[in-house]
Formats: sequence, C-alpha cells, structure tokens
Amino acid sequence: MISLAARDVLHTWGKFVFTGVGLGLLIGVTLTMAGVYRGMVDDAKVLLNNSGADMWVVQKNTLGPYAEPSSIHDDLYRSILSMPGVARAANVTYLTMQVQQGERDVRAMVVGIIPDGPGEPGYLLAGRQITRSHYEAVADIATGFEMGQTIRIRRHNYTVVGLTRRMVSSGGDPMVFIPLRDAQEAQFLKDNDAIINERSRTAANPAFNRPEVLDAIISSQSSNPFVNAILVQIKPGFTAEKVAEPIRRWQKLQVYTRDQMEEILVAKLIATSSKQIGMFLVILAIVSAAIVAFIIYTLTMGKIREIAVLKLIGTRNRTIAGMIMQQAVGLGLIGFVVGKVSATIWAPMFPKYVLLEPGDALRGFIAIVIICILASLLAIRAALNVDPAEAIGG
Amino acid sequence: MKGHTGIVIEGMRKRYGEGDTAVDALKDVNMRVMPGEVIGLIGPSGSGKSTLLKCLGAVVEPTAGRMTLGNKVIYNNGWLIKDLRALRRDNIGFVFQAPYLIPFLDVTDNVALLPMLAGRSNAESRKRAVELLEALDVAHRAKAMPSQLSGGEQQRVAIARALVNQPPVILADEPTAPLDSQRALSVIRILNQMAQQYQTAIIVVTHDEKIIPTFKRIYHIRDGGTHEETGEGKDLE
Repeated sequence: MISLAARDVLHTWGKFVFTGVGLGLLIGVTLTMAGVYRGMVDDAKVLLNNSGADMWVVQKNTLGPYAEPSSIHDDLYRSILSMPGVARAANVTYLTMQVQQGERDVRAMVVGIIPDGPGEPGYLLAGRQITRSHYEAVADIATGFEMGQTIRIRRHNYTVVGLTRRMVSSGGDPMVFIPLRDAQEAQFLKDNDAIINERSRTAANPAFNRPEVLDAIISSQSSNPFVNAILVQIKPGFTAEKVAEPIRRWQKLQVYTRDQMEEILVAKLIATSSKQIGMFLVILAIVSAAIVAFIIYTLTMGKIREIAVLKLIGTRNRTIAGMIMQQAVGLGLIGFVVGKVSATIWAPMFPKYVLLEPGDALRGFIAIVIICILASLLAIRAALNVDPAEAIGG
Repeated sequence: MKGHTGIVIEGMRKRYGEGDTAVDALKDVNMRVMPGEVIGLIGPSGSGKSTLLKCLGAVVEPTAGRMTLGNKVIYNNGWLIKDLRALRRDNIGFVFQAPYLIPFLDVTDNVALLPMLAGRSNAESRKRAVELLEALDVAHRAKAMPSQLSGGEQQRVAIARALVNQPPVILADEPTAPLDSQRALSVIRILNQMAQQYQTAIIVVTHDEKIIPTFKRIYHIRDGGTHEETGEGKDLE
C-alpha cells in the first residue's frame, strides 16, 4: 500500500515545508527556553564547582552568600580551621556590580579571594592566578577583558593578569576575581565625601566626641572586617555533615554542605525563574498545538471531496485517519528539525548561557509527536464525519 | 466478475424524515441491469435519481425493498452485508460528474489505489492499472498527475478506476456533463466497450440529451418510481 500522507505532502510540499519552518522556529524558541533554564541550573552548579568548597560557612539564619546577604567577621576562618575535619578554609566576598573598562562598563560579579585558597578559579585560559595582595584581577572571558587590560572597580584600577571561562554567578554574570582585601574595601567602603560626612556626624555626637573614643570609632569606620562567607574544604575520611555539625553548634554560624547549597541555588534561587520558563513552555506548547491543529484541519478541509471519494471507493477510516495523523507528525518532524537547528545556531548568541541538552531535545521530540497526534484529532474527526455520499452529486 | 446477474432492484423505497415531514424520495423502484449492459437513468431534478444512486452505491440505506448485486442479495429490507465499505470497494465502481481523481496520486496510482486497498500488492495493482489505462488509451499519461490531464483523459482515468476491481456494477453519475458532444459520446462508447469486455452492468444517470439516444434501455424515474423504456440504441461507431 502506498503512503497517501507522503504523496499528499510531496504534492503540496511548498505549503507543508513553509508551515513546518514556521512551526520549527516556534519549537526552536521552546527548546531555547528549556536551554535557558538548563543554563541557569548549570551556572548554579558551575558556581559551586568552581568555588572549590565542600562547605559554606555563612551568617546565621541566612541562605548566603549567593541567595541572601551574609556578613561574618573575617577572623572567624581561623577558628573554623581549628575544627575537626577541616583541611582548608578561606574568606570570600561576592559583589555584583558594574565594573569599568575604559568607556564601557560590564556587569560582573566581583569575587574577593585569598590567593591560592579555596575560591580561586579552577583553571585559566591565559596568564596566571592572583599572587599579590592588591590590584590584580583574573577575569572571566565573557566580561570581554583581555590580558593586561585595566579594570576600574570603585576607586581603584586592577590589571588583568589571568583569564578564565565559565566562571559565572547564579544570575549568569561573569566573574572578576580580585584580592580579598581589595574586595572588602570595594564592598563596604564608602566614597570620600560619605566618609567625611560620617566622621563629621560622629564627631558631632557628644557621646563619641571624647578623647581616644572618637579616634577608635573613626578607625573602626575606616576598615571593613567582614566577609560574605568562608569556603571550607574537608579532610579525606570526613563527611561534610560530620564537619558541619560542630561548626553550627560551637561557632553559632550557618553551615551549608554542597548538596544543601545546590538545593538553595536550584530550588530556591532560580525556582521563580524556572516557573516563569515553565509557563512559557506550556504556552508555547499550546500555541504549537493550536498551529498544528489549525494547519492540519485546514489542509484536511481542503480535501473533503477527495476524502469523500476515498471513503466511497472503500478506503478504511483508519487509512484516512492514518494519513492525517502522519501528516501532522510529519509537520512536527520538520518543525523539530528546524527548531533544533535554529536553537543550536542561535543559542551561543544569547548573553547568558543556554544549555541545549540531548535529553531535552528527546523529550521535546516526544512532546511534539504527542502534540501533533493530539492536534490532528480535530481534523481526523472532521474527516471521519465526511459522508461518502457527498461524492455523489445531488 | 463473470457469470453474475448484474444488479436487480425490487420494490425499493426510501423515506426521509418521519411523521408529517416525511418525504418519500423513492416509492417503488424496480430495475434490472444485466452484465455487459449500459442503461440510462433519467429524470427531472428532484425525481430521486441521486437518492437511487446513493442506495445502489450502498452509501444510503433504503427504507425497504430488495437488491441483488452480482449473485448476492445484499439488501432485503435491511443490509445483509456488514462491511459496506468492502462491498463498495469490491463490487461497485463509481464514475462521477467530475472525475474526482486524487490530486496527489499520479494516474497509475489513482487507478491502482483500489486493488491496493483490497490488499493486493503494489506491483500487481499497478500492472492491472496499466492494462486498463492501455485499454482506455491513456497509458501514455500513466505517470502524469491529474492536473496535467485534459477533461476527457481525466474521465477515462476515472473509468479505469471504476473498472479496476472488476465490479459487477458501475454507477456513473452524469459522467459526460462537463464534456463536449464528441467527448461525451466517446465516454459512452468506452463505457459500452468496457461493459462488454468486462461483463459489467453500467447504470448511467444523465440529463445529457446528446447521449440519451445511445442507450438501448432507459429507466425514467418520476415521482419516486421507475418506468422502463426501450431506447434508440443509436450506433456509436
């Protein structure tokens, strides 16, 4: 038996292919939306991986440092280092801001790290890691900075001594690593006018304006003893939870293991975004189904007389239904191929990471086939309702 | 299908609706068309020709009567055959006013589709189709699409399609309406040849004054009943 669907498609291939391309672009958008979500999840995982930490010690009752502000004293890491099972511990600060590159500015997450400690970039594309305590930077290549260029952060200039890649915040902003002391200053210190104003206000307060007290207060206002988190690496043979428990108890701090931090990033931080994207996916699926249903219904209605003749001469209902369904699935296949190719072409052009996973493509393919089959039911119903007597005049 | 009795209709009635709104489209139709015979079925608009054709084509169920097709009683105050689709496919050929060829199949496959639907192999079906196309002198257009054929060629392909499963009866619904006089007579000549060659009973519903004189027997349908007349049987050569 010949394939009636294939013959019909070949006969009107132009209409069919153009419709398929239109549908494909819509499917491409759908796959890209899924890729945006995957990219967000991947960014979150990369962020955790690149930190090199097994545990995050943060301010009590916060989800810091990525999901909520967290502020802890920078000398606490010493007591963390003394806890059983802790191999390495290092302070870290995170600050998302606009950094200057000549005339333009770039949105980046500025990360303050201790050279050679947990938190520094895992690998470099070019250059070296930060070795000095001030004014050096390692930048993610997505910032657009190049080796030797100068980055302006607040009041200071930093020289790019190394380039890395895929070092991004949970929001997808590329990272710029600078020495911890500089980052603390950038994060907490105010501009000169604000400092003068603050000192004047302090001096004007009779409670503070006493010998030795005023100097001590002004001195405390001029330095920043806080960081956002302490990154901890544990010794072999210890589990994260086993090390975390005494820190929580004795240090009165919040400690998150790798799994807990991943849960915070994926389930809490990007939950709203994922729901947003999920809604988009649902709407796009409905729109795709409506388009397929409309096109297949229109194509079928254009063949009512032929269908009546086919039924009159003895064609089985299932042959006619199969013809319509195969055409709908064929349209979906064209759409899927166009969509997959389109998404692959345009995904790297997106400013944030778009991760097109083969699993998503497979799920998308299955969804498209199911949607096309469901969308063809309306046309099949119409075709099966055609009375073969319509082929006979009168 | 050799050795059959053509089509015999006795006391066929068809009523549409019920009660006060009921309309008797067919009141008492009696017909007999023998194998190899081409008869004309004529009558004014609204006389019940199309209803009769639909009943004969097993697409509308008569209200009462008896119908024998080939050697088999298929209707006796109710269908005796369950699978009317297969009945139509294997026992009734249709030729329409417009050819209604399937536009996305070429000429050969338009004809070969029926035997394929009946379960024959593609090769066997196409072989049979080409034989018929040769007999109808359109084999040279075997690979053409319907839209590339003239009206006369399309109608000959439609006749080939009606004949391909060698049905005992062919129902032709105004097959010459869109054709000029010469082509109309040509179609009737072909139908007569095919009826003789394949021993098929052919019923031609027509208004066409050009072809009515060619029938040897004519059934007039009037007020839901049939009246048989002897036609002129004008020589088609």
